[in-house]
Amino acid sequence: MTPAENDIRAEFPLINSNTVAYLDNAATTQKPQCVLDAVNSYYVNSNANPLRGLYDLSLKATQAYEDARNAVAELIGAASDEIVFTRNATESLNLIAYSYGLHNLREGDEIIVSVAEHHSNFLPWKNVAEHTGAKVVYWDCEPDGYLNPDTLTGLIGDRTKLVAVTHVSNVLGRVNDIRKIADIVHTHGALVICDGSQSVPHMKTDVHDLDADFFVFSGHKMYAPMGIGVMYGRRKLLDAMPPFLYGGEMIETVTKERVTYAEVPHKFEAGTVNAGGAVGLHAAIDFVNRYGYELIESRERELTDHAFDAMSRMPYITIIGSEKSDEHMGIIAFKVEGVHPHDVTAIFSDANIAVRAGHHCAQPLHKHLGIMSSTRVSFAFYNTMEEVDRFLEVLESIRSRMGIM
Amino acid sequence: MSETFYNEIINEHNLNPYHKHSIEGANFTLEGVNPSCGDDIILNLKVDESGIIVDGAYEGDGCAISQASADIMLDLVIGRSRDEALHLADIFMRMIKEGITDEEKEELEEAGILESVSHMPARVKCAVLGWRTLTEMFE
Ligand SMILES: Cc1ncc(COP(=O)(O)O)c(C=O)c1O
Repeated sequence: MTPAENDIRAEFPLINSNTVAYLDNAATTQKPQCVLDAVNSYYVNSNANPLRGLYDLSLKATQAYEDARNAVAELIGAASDEIVFTRNATESLNLIAYSYGLHNLREGDEIIVSVAEHHSNFLPWKNVAEHTGAKVVYWDCEPDGYLNPDTLTGLIGDRTKLVAVTHVSNVLGRVNDIRKIADIVHTHGALVICDGSQSVPHMKTDVHDLDADFFVFSGHKMYAPMGIGVMYGRRKLLDAMPPFLYGGEMIETVTKERVTYAEVPHKFEAGTVNAGGAVGLHAAIDFVNRYGYELIESRERELTDHAFDAMSRMPYITIIGSEKSDEHMGIIAFKVEGVHPHDVTAIFSDANIAVRAGHHCAQPLHKHLGIMSSTRVSFAFYNTMEEVDRFLEVLESIRSRMGIM
Repeated sequence: MSETFYNEIINEHNLNPYHKHSIEGANFTLEGVNPSCGDDIILNLKVDESGIIVDGAYEGDGCAISQASADIMLDLVIGRSRDEALHLADIFMRMIKEGITDEEKEELEEAGILESVSHMPARVKCAVLGWRTLTEMFE
């Protein structure tokens, strides 16, 4: 182990106190001590209801919460008033669907959804379609998971209002060229809703480079606590959108007859906010910046390449998606011939290795690829080559453990 | 979970199931699904006028535990009456959920080897899928 690796791992209390090889990072990451400390310190030193009181503590809480918003804005190249805090990516996508989708779409309109979407970037659109009479159109990927812009060009037209596409698929691990997609979409006057849940934790993202109209992610997949997520939207769009939830903190004035809503982003943050979570996300962003995306990417690349090379040489293992390791951003979903993914995962669990089995909330993708379910291994930069070797060793023994010679 | 859980009996029923095929003339058919893990079986039984299960089979896809458990169940219930089958399914469910007596376990014959699933919360649904489907079918 290089000293850097020891240093990284030392920051994660769960990893230090546990022998598990945690290889389910696409589901959620472990939390470093600095994030836990920041949340704790917020409640010990600064807690009051943010945005409400005029006394010192409340101002301090407001400051902490707004500082977090600034940090998020800087992380993804947005302006602070374009950042709305939510619970997670799912809530962010629902916010867009309820507030923008339900109010702007009508019968005859079309929403293009890539087949690789997590259910959270598909079901809200299906719901919008059901309520407005709009239609969901599927954008299929090629057998290796590539979302071909030419296919999109064939689907898109005047009726298209929205295109929902993930930056990185949580099954394929493939990075989609959002800029290129956005260029096509914008030519038709439609909007791009981009799901950054699996990109922001692992690579530098910039909403202006991507040219996404909406961009969402969850804090918990990038070392922050659960329960804090982000929705970015272009200021112009946010200004024109009605609120999502109604209640406290999202108004300017209320009389019995009339309400004026607060400015964005507060218009979308009804009720008492998750300031502790936002502070945790801020600390997580500082943590990521301290190591830097360059280091994170290069470590995750090494781990992925090592696993991928060995897996591609194993007979009876089929990797889902691209045959090239560099088209997997730390995520490898696979099948073991003759063994159900649930059994594969149970055997890993027995060896104290955490990997995921199932359809990974991407049933349409599995169906499109002709499989019911798969097993997924996913890395974070705190994982080690030793953990990958442990994983590979167990993987090689699975078929014989199941009585297959 | 113990290293030996995927023992020869489970593996054998999973790899070479006796009852995984289609049958002619089934008069009871029900699909059982575990949405979270993707286990999916279709249970087909042929029951005569006196209420005896004269033939049975299943089709579908799922983990070794769900498939082997369904196969073992069919071994046990074919040739028995509906009521007997329900009685055995009840014992099986209780074995997994709360525990049973030695005499009851004896009644389950080979199905008794699935008792250790009761210590594996993640696998309980898999093990009971066939039995749950059988119970729903007759109730
Ligand atoms: C690509 C992608 N989108 C959306 C989500 C939903 O995230 P959350 O459950 O945090 O809302 C996930 C993770 O589960 C994901 O991997």
